Amino acid sequence: MAADALSRVFSALADPTRRDMVARLTLADATVNELAEPYDVTVQAVSKHLKVLEDAGLVSRSREAQRRPVHLEAEVFDLMTKWIERYRRQAEERYRRLDDVLRSLPEDIDPVPPRPARQPSSKPTQTGAKR
Amino acid sequence: MTTTSTHETQIIADPDVPLVRIVREFDATREQVFRAHTDPELIVQWLGPRDLTMTVDHYDCRTGGSYRYVHNRDGEEYGFNGTFHEVRPSELIVQTFSFEGFPDSVALERLMIEDIGDGRTRLTATSLVDSFEGRDAFLASGMETGVREGYERLDELLAR
Repeated sequence: MAADALSRVFSALADPTRRDMVARLTLADATVNELAEPYDVTVQAVSKHLKVLEDAGLVSRSREAQRRPVHLEAEVFDLMTKWIERYRRQAEERYRRLDDVLRSLPEDIDPVPPRPARQPSSKPTQTGAKR
Repeated sequence: MTTTSTHETQIIADPDVPLVRIVREFDATREQVFRAHTDPELIVQWLGPRDLTMTVDHYDCRTGGSYRYVHNRDGEEYGFNGTFHEVRPSELIVQTFSFEGFPDSVALERLMIEDIGDGRTRLTATSLVDSFEGRDAFLASGMETGVREGYERLDELLAR
């Protein structure tokens, strides 16, 4: 299921070591031993991290080459970044509408609106899909 | 995971806790920004997605108060509600946020309003949800246009 796939990508990147590994793989493919070098952990531990990244679809390992280098699936990584960017743009759109609202308010406005009725009013405040 | 843009909305998806932080600056006073977040007449003008009709059922923005609003599109209704945990005019709003379709799941939202001089105000909105899955669904939600296509593309990529 796609939502789970996205979650796997996010949670795979929730770990700092795995993020670091991904960052290094953006430069070039690397073997497990090469990846393990800078860390004070066993090759087995690095393999475990790689398994998580692999399950998330973020990296792949060549079956043919003897060194079996790890390769970053940049497309999956970009896709996730695009998702965040799309969310950001949506928030920006919302805040541009807020910019317009703020421009219409007097500078000395009371920050607290007149006390509303606690219960739903008979005529709720509503807006059409306005620009 | 951070996306930034000068002057524009910044989104930060925290890697360690299921949290999303949005930072934005406005050419307005703290009082104006606070009012636009608490006055239902104003909220309906900007909060809801453009293609939905937003109806505020009630919006009692004070410590201990509550709110409820409904988004409506083509006869389909999506209700949202929450309570105001702490409200300090022109400064802070701490509230819960729940989609009525999943009432057991609740997000904790904090809105900080800061004066940054020259009549400008910085708004920092954080939303803490109860799981990474929830956060990621939150990030993926509301992106009506393109999100399905995006999922399909991810499916294709992952199926390879």
